[in-house]
Amino acid sequence: MSTADTLLPPDLRAQITELARAEHRPRAASVSALTLVQAHFGWVSDAHLAETASLLGMSPADLDGIATYFNLIFRRPVGRHVIMLCDSVSCWIMGRDAVCARLQARLGIRPGETTADGAVTLLPIVCLGHCDHAPAMLVDHTLHGDLDAETAEHLADTLRQAAP
Amino acid sequence: MNVSERPLTAMIGLPDGPPDCAAYGRAGGWQAVRRALRDMTPEAVIETVTASKLRGRGGAGFGTGQKWSFVPRDPPATRRKYLVANADEMEPGTFKDRLLLEGNPLQLVEGMIIAGYAIQAGHGVIFLRGEYHLALARLNHAIAEARQVGWLGENILGSGFGFEIHVHASGGRYICGEETALLTALEGRRAQPRSKPPFPQVGGLWGAPSVVNNVETLCNLPHIVANGAEWFLSLGLGPDSGTKIYGVSGRVRRPGAWELPMGTPLREIVEHHAGGMRDGYRLRAFLPGGASTAFLDAGQVDVAMEYGAVEKAGSRLGTGLAILLDDRTCPVGMLHNLEHFFAQESCGWCTPCRDGLPWVERLLDAIESGTGEPEDLDRLHDHARLLGPMGRTFCAHAPGAMAPLASGLKLFREEFDAHIRQRACPLRETA
Ligand code: FES
Repeated sequence: MSTADTLLPPDLRAQITELARAEHRPRAASVSALTLVQAHFGWVSDAHLAETASLLGMSPADLDGIATYFNLIFRRPVGRHVIMLCDSVSCWIMGRDAVCARLQARLGIRPGETTADGAVTLLPIVCLGHCDHAPAMLVDHTLHGDLDAETAEHLADTLRQAAP
Repeated sequence: MNVSERPLTAMIGLPDGPPDCAAYGRAGGWQAVRRALRDMTPEAVIETVTASKLRGRGGAGFGTGQKWSFVPRDPPATRRKYLVANADEMEPGTFKDRLLLEGNPLQLVEGMIIAGYAIQAGHGVIFLRGEYHLALARLNHAIAEARQVGWLGENILGSGFGFEIHVHASGGRYICGEETALLTALEGRRAQPRSKPPFPQVGGLWGAPSVVNNVETLCNLPHIVANGAEWFLSLGLGPDSGTKIYGVSGRVRRPGAWELPMGTPLREIVEHHAGGMRDGYRLRAFLPGGASTAFLDAGQVDVAMEYGAVEKAGSRLGTGLAILLDDRTCPVGMLHNLEHFFAQESCGWCTPCRDGLPWVERLLDAIESGTGEPEDLDRLHDHARLLGPMGRTFCAHAPGAMAPLASGLKLFREEFDAHIRQRACPLRETA
């Protein structure tokens, strides 16, 4: 399925090659290369995985073993925004379940799903190191804390209204 | 409190954000690396740190100087060696390294140069949680500036010693906090722990001698080298030296983290610094230092937060950030949450851990939701007994998971029985 439009753009290929060159062995760049691909496309498709693997001198299966091992590499499409709601212990004590329930109701999805308009994916995440402001969540690269159902819902609404 | 009493956080929380190289220097930074590289041999640095009795702040509490002493001492440049900063802060309930990384990244840089010099490693790596986006940006910025000014690179201060640092942002797995799993991840493999020996100090990253130190441990080094071992020893209230970043989460008035003398009693941290329990909540029990430490009862809140005292009380100091269980939160639900985490984060290599932890999670789920049977408690005890001791699995993940379970089964016996008897959570209405 590597049609022309699924190929990695040349600058991305160059960046991956450079990452691999800077490491003691090319495979050490696996996670950083996958992270780069994901930053560009939102997720890592089979075709992009195979092409990345060949740049690192690895088999696609070998690289997929790494891609699927780590929580932050997405092997399925996600929305334009990703909400990662902490499901670890301090956030649980401070009411993250109620926050999650409200987000699910408002977005009409369960954790692991993406809204029909492609705007938001909701995922659980382990402790974000923001336990003194529990419940906490990461919206794309931004950390939010001291959430309750209302503030979380408001944040989710903003994401859906924002231009893609 | 004056600055010398909280060396780690003195420059943190300034209105202008983390200090740059010049501001860091004006506030006392770079003194230690100057002293180490100009006036001290690597052996003398190791001796000073050993004499300071600094112990690892990541959870295991191993003596830092001792850890370094296992690195082979051949002439420099004869082989590659690595100094790795473990910034993979993923222990639930722990938020201290993020504070240090975001608040004063140059302090970590200076600590790493000193540690690198001590073990004569030319390569430094920071293994950072992938979720710590702000820390990543600030570290990269700090490292680039330090390189430009000449604190990193070849022949630092004309000493002949060269050191480089690069940051690896993790793909995200709890087990990467385990040092051999961390090294495996850096090599671009699935992060499964390795069997020891060889220990990393002898055969670590790419088979080269490597030391993995926690962020907070490394951040202590500039202060120890600048002020001396005696000074560091004098900071602790009891047998352990230095200060510690302690913290509290749960239903207290002001959850947070504070740098305090090592050995500060938890009661003082909870009541004075965290403002006590919120109105309407009483302390029921606590995990003293993260998810993988055993529960202690509310009656043990006077425990001094130092390695030996917490162990004597029946738990571990761990990361030193306590998670409080209040009287209106269900202990069975809390254990269910904890074991869900451990089951999910098992790397899957050892069968007892891979299969046992999900079993524990299902049993707790059943009991919490009112479908548990009395025999389920026996199964939980079996797991605690079989998975708890070290040595049944490759690494400490399963034993860590069993610490809150084994202690919780004892401490919350009544609550467990009530769930099974009433076929429902007795705390549900008040929660
Ligand atoms: S438990 Fe949620 S941020 Fe730590």
